[in-house]
Amino acid sequence: MKQDNVMTTPFVSQYDNLKQALPGYSQPWMTTLRDRAMESFTQAGLPTQRRESWKYTNLRGLQQLELTERALEPQPISIDRAPSLLPEGTAHRVVFVNGGFRPDLSDLAGLPEGVIVGSVADLAEREPQRVEALLAAHSDVEDQPLVALNTAFMRDGLLLELEAGRKLDRVLEVIHVNSAENGVFAHNARNLISLGAGSEATILEHHTGLNGTAYYINAANDMTLAEDATLRHYRIQAEGTNAVHTSTMNGHLSGNSFYDGYTLSIGAALSRNETNMKLTAAGARCHLNGGYLMRDKQHCDTTTVVDHLSPQTSCREVFKGVLDDRSRGVFQGRIVVHPEAQQTDGHQLNKVLLLTDTAEINAKPELEIYADDVKCSHGCSAGEVDHDALFYLRSRGLSETSAKALLIQAFLAESVSEIGKEELQDLFLEKISDWLAI
Amino acid sequence: MLEIKNLHADVEGKAILRGINLTIQPGEVHAIMGPNGSGKSTLAHVISGRDGYDVTEGEVLYHGKNILEMEPEERAGEGVFLAFQYPVEIPGVTNTTFMKEALNSIRKYRGEDELDAMQFMKVIREKTKQLGVSNDMLKRAVNVGFSGGEKKRNDILQMAILEPSLAILDETDSGLDIDALKTVADGVNLLRSPENATLVITHYQRLLDYIVPDFVHVLAKGRIVKSGDKTLAQELEKKGYAEFTDQAA
Ligand SMILES: Nc1ncnc2c1ncn2[C@@H]1O[C@H](COP(=O)(O)OP(=O)(O)OP(=O)(O)O)[C@@H](O)[C@H]1O
Ligand SMILES: [Mg+2]
Repeated sequence: MKQDNVMTTPFVSQYDNLKQALPGYSQPWMTTLRDRAMESFTQAGLPTQRRESWKYTNLRGLQQLELTERALEPQPISIDRAPSLLPEGTAHRVVFVNGGFRPDLSDLAGLPEGVIVGSVADLAEREPQRVEALLAAHSDVEDQPLVALNTAFMRDGLLLELEAGRKLDRVLEVIHVNSAENGVFAHNARNLISLGAGSEATILEHHTGLNGTAYYINAANDMTLAEDATLRHYRIQAEGTNAVHTSTMNGHLSGNSFYDGYTLSIGAALSRNETNMKLTAAGARCHLNGGYLMRDKQHCDTTTVVDHLSPQTSCREVFKGVLDDRSRGVFQGRIVVHPEAQQTDGHQLNKVLLLTDTAEINAKPELEIYADDVKCSHGCSAGEVDHDALFYLRSRGLSETSAKALLIQAFLAESVSEIGKEELQDLFLEKISDWLAI
Repeated sequence: MLEIKNLHADVEGKAILRGINLTIQPGEVHAIMGPNGSGKSTLAHVISGRDGYDVTEGEVLYHGKNILEMEPEERAGEGVFLAFQYPVEIPGVTNTTFMKEALNSIRKYRGEDELDAMQFMKVIREKTKQLGVSNDMLKRAVNVGFSGGEKKRNDILQMAILEPSLAILDETDSGLDIDALKTVADGVNLLRSPENATLVITHYQRLLDYIVPDFVHVLAKGRIVKSGDKTLAQELEKKGYAEFTDQAA
């Protein structure tokens, strides 16, 4: 363990005390998996800025949370209603409160045949083979200390499995509610998603935190899409303003499968959203889009790595950031076109509006291209709200505030319009106008 | 209703307006002509409140109020409207959204009730009909991908919807075909009333055939160097500005 990495210690020191109480302890393979993960995490430590991929984001902010020994234990809170964003009865709903599954708040009635939606903790006991298989699917991922940390301590999360050809017509709403009202906590949500050949699902995932409370969420998502599968995955990160949120999404995309992702980040004092996509066969496509709206001293890191491992794969990324006050945004977009990946399409765009002189963006697009027949482009820009447009609107009677809000909304709408499931776009636009109205 | 007294304005330390005096009474149409770079747009911008101009001397009163101290949106609320020489493109904001917000902001400023979507659409239908413009551009983003002439027409539609008491047209006629020119003239004439006034900035007599001015002024090097009736415009079209540029130097 690296000497200066003081934040690693509380996690390492708790592992031996806690491991017997973690879900799946009765399964020897699970404990072996956790032990190995802990070993790897201990070796690597929490990522520091000395790592190239963590150059602009410092997890030292975790120290301010003062995670105690109890922090890694479950911290249930009483809550009798989930803050759903979709009208009752129009979606399947899975609710996690402080990381723990709450069947009483969830609504899984009427799931089609061949679709499994449940809690990882619950299934680790009831159907351990299923969980084992899903976890094994991503065991090739190395050098991800936060995923290792997650694997060591994970307790619960969403398990979604679709058999070949199954379609989930309704949206699956996944709600994570967090509150540290009973003490500071850290939890490691693990979501396991596997879509069989030709299957299709839409997830609306949102993370809501009570403002003012401090906690740490370290989420990991393993996503596997078989041939011709489609996953639409739309997320809202609205953690409490003192929270730290890190999430790592690892995806494997088979031939002709399609991943359509959008992440709106508005919460947390410090957040990092890392997506790693492997496009493993011809026709695999991924759209990684998002918006980040930050104010005060918030910090938001968006990191994407797309590996084109096969010919005829494509990715498209459109990110828009709005940074106010002294907030800071980080965008790292890496596209790797491996030698065999001919006829690859990669497009990446990150545009940022800086609302003050003190807001800051660090943007680092990286194209690594080892094939010759490739169409790749990237664009990064940062600027202020267009002065001429502002005057034009104001000269027609709009106040400075509403003129600015309208321009910012329009700026962000360009990324929201990338959301493939169009009926969900309004919901994101509403979240954005709520943010602007504060 | 508009009194401009000894107005001086600088841009980046350079004197552009150098003592403008101009009074417009309700019901009047004034035309300002003048060589490129003489300060016509600058005058229009200072009246409507664009930033970047330093007023070093003088005042602008509108209905007796000093509007130089007002925000652009307050001036709009007071009834000042500027049709831009170069209307701005605003990606992602539809004309309908923009106009609804604009009209309701102005109504609010005047202490009137805001219109709901239905009432607003009624206004839109009425105005597009009066001006003979199509509804198509309402759904599109403000001026994005519009031709030069369409942008100008869009500004006139905005004017018709907002019903200002003082309309300032900054070369709205430049680059327009005959039909579009008529739309502009219709827009202005629609607003004409004993209470409203119009200030037309133009290089061409053409528009003034449709919007007949009561007064024509020549602006050169930041000053009004000559004023007359509509025949002055015809004279200028023949002789050009050489006489005035020398005189103002
Ligand atoms: N933002 C600015 N920075 C520097 N100079 C400026 C700026 N705005 C205007 N000027 C200068 O002020 C002078 C007057 O410009 P203005 O646009 O008012 O002219 P105009 O009479 O409208 O000309 P035109 O007939 O070409 O439209 C010009 O010399 C112009 O270059
Ligand atoms: Mg001009």
